[in-house]
Amino acid sequence: MSQDIETNRNPVILAAQVILTIVVLVGGFILLQHMQSVKILMTIFAVLWGLGSTALLFFTLNMIAESMPRKIRATAVAFVFAGPAVIILLWALVIPTLRTLRLSFMDANARSFVGLANYKFAFTNPTMLEAFRNNLLWMIFGTFFCVTLGIIIAVLADKSRHEKLFKSLIFMPMAISFVGAGVIWKFIYAYKGEGFNVTEIGLLNAIVTAFGGKAQAWLLIPFWNNFFLIIIMIWLQTGYAMVILSSAIKAIPGEINEAARVDGANSFTIFFKITIPYIMPTIITVTTTILIFSLKLFDIVRVMTGGNFGTNVIANEFYLRQFTYGNSGQASAIAIILLIVIVPVLIYNLKDFRGRRTLK
Amino acid sequence: MSKVKKARVNPIVAIVLIIIVVAWTVPTFGVFVTSWRDSRDIYASGWWTVLPHKDIVKTGEIIIDKDIPLDAPFEIEGTSATFQQWREGVQLEDGRTLRWYGNKRTKKVEVFENKWIGFGANLTTQNYKDVLTGGTITFEDGNGNTITRQGNNFADAVLNSIAVSIPATIIPILIAAFAAYAFAWMEFPGRKPLFIMVVALLVVPLQIALIPILRDYTRWGLNGTYVGMWLAHTGFGLPLAVYLLYNYISNLPRDVFESAYLDGASPFTTFVRLVLPLSIPALASFAIFQFLWVWNDYLVALVFLGDKNRVVTAALAAMVGEKGQDWHVLTAGAFMSMIIPLTVFFSLQRYFVRGLMAGSVKG
Repeated sequence: MSQDIETNRNPVILAAQVILTIVVLVGGFILLQHMQSVKILMTIFAVLWGLGSTALLFFTLNMIAESMPRKIRATAVAFVFAGPAVIILLWALVIPTLRTLRLSFMDANARSFVGLANYKFAFTNPTMLEAFRNNLLWMIFGTFFCVTLGIIIAVLADKSRHEKLFKSLIFMPMAISFVGAGVIWKFIYAYKGEGFNVTEIGLLNAIVTAFGGKAQAWLLIPFWNNFFLIIIMIWLQTGYAMVILSSAIKAIPGEINEAARVDGANSFTIFFKITIPYIMPTIITVTTTILIFSLKLFDIVRVMTGGNFGTNVIANEFYLRQFTYGNSGQASAIAIILLIVIVPVLIYNLKDFRGRRTLK
Repeated sequence: MSKVKKARVNPIVAIVLIIIVVAWTVPTFGVFVTSWRDSRDIYASGWWTVLPHKDIVKTGEIIIDKDIPLDAPFEIEGTSATFQQWREGVQLEDGRTLRWYGNKRTKKVEVFENKWIGFGANLTTQNYKDVLTGGTITFEDGNGNTITRQGNNFADAVLNSIAVSIPATIIPILIAAFAAYAFAWMEFPGRKPLFIMVVALLVVPLQIALIPILRDYTRWGLNGTYVGMWLAHTGFGLPLAVYLLYNYISNLPRDVFESAYLDGASPFTTFVRLVLPLSIPALASFAIFQFLWVWNDYLVALVFLGDKNRVVTAALAAMVGEKGQDWHVLTAGAFMSMIIPLTVFFSLQRYFVRGLMAGSVKG
């Protein structure tokens, strides 16, 4: 390795390097805007330029930092390493939170302050109240079934010979987008309508009619349609709960189960008296994660019903307020409410982090 | 030890598991099968009819002697019944069903049998061709009507998704790895509060950031650009990336860094030559996590890309909105959107699970 630490860089080379970096960054961006015609070329260029310029930026910034006087060099290098991440986080999350907070006290076009009017809207408007109710359904039923099924499958699969295969298949929906899942389930709920000699092509209606029932437009049934949407989330997220819980179950020392068995405990006793208490911390983590997830749920509702027919949720109302009604004040208030609901988890994370480890 | 236990599998456990797994797999399987079926068939019958199943099918005809009087019960194939009964269909002892065809003058009986039908589907790649093209497509619906539509140009959407996802995966990794190394092994003012900020941001819902960032983008002309998407996804992915990589890099053995320092290596050299190669498992975990997240993301794409440079999720969602009943293109589109993430998922599942475990606090 080199003796770089002792020697400062040649200023001419450094200047050339800086200029080159700027040219690549700016030139690439301009070039990219003019490449719309050949999509595949543009894609390749976009990927190469995006990655190349990030690496180049770090390289150049580091060069500048290393050319600093020795006294401040170590700090300068540290800032170059941590700086981009910190700046992007400030720009993308920290400052927007403050800006959104400010917007939430302003009118639709962010021109004048309206006090708490947007929050009053959020907690009294019937559409909002319906969205809150539905989110509650999602959080209670969606989370409950994801976690319960996750535990059951994890425990059963643990006893099975084809554990890996079963778990892979249950886990697979995690790789599918909510939009894709929306199409998959829309097809299951498909309804052809009344009429002579109609063959239902939707699986659910086919099953229902095979048992002598009447075909239904499932997504239009008031109130219950929420549950048909929640099923989609259960389908998507149970795999997540299962995988995390499964590894927690495998971490239970074998001797404990053996000892219980020797004492005459059956599988159910072991499950409720040993397995569940032992994996409780994991259950809480998984439950929290899925709760947050169902609070922010957007895609499924957007794709399946657009929030119509009494299926609206907060995140969809956020989108509608901002992009359909053009009311950034109301949308911001909704976003702030989402954040406030999550704050307890945030505080818990911080406490947990402080308790678990201190920065070295 | 676990092997011994698994030798005696409770049959109830096995059955329950199989039922759950089938229930979990059938929805995707149905879409997969449908995407290869002829459009007319899709609207005429359920996808499950391509599977081998028992159905009543016509297997032949019998012409009846003209002279047999039809007023009294008469015999066909050794069974006797009245004309009215023949008309409604009579099941023979061998399981076949005979049914008089038409009126009394036709003198024809059709033979039906409850038979197994094999994979009797018209498989086609037309649905995929239709969904990939941006040109005009025509197809026949269940009633035989020809329908003309504008294609959805999924080919472009796939390219857009690639152009968005790959940099939006690797850029945050690179930035986060540098930062994680600095947080773990360097001294600088503000290190601790800044890292606490990272931990706090793990669960912040991204809705909070969409409107302000959108305003910035409108001002900077970044709406609808790849760069805008990369930046946004980098911002939203960074807390988890820094957190995960910090946990990993801070646990690397101290001697590694000390010997590199004694050799005179600069921090940059140490990072590129040592930290990055040593952190590959953690980098891979996050990479898969972030790639799947970005590829499957709909909200961020909807807000910052709009209708320009549509990615697959946005293209698919638009298709659901515009042609909610065109199942032949919808299913093909859904499957197109799943191929790449499913491939990544199944080939790198182990890393994905590891990332998931470490990051189960992400918001």
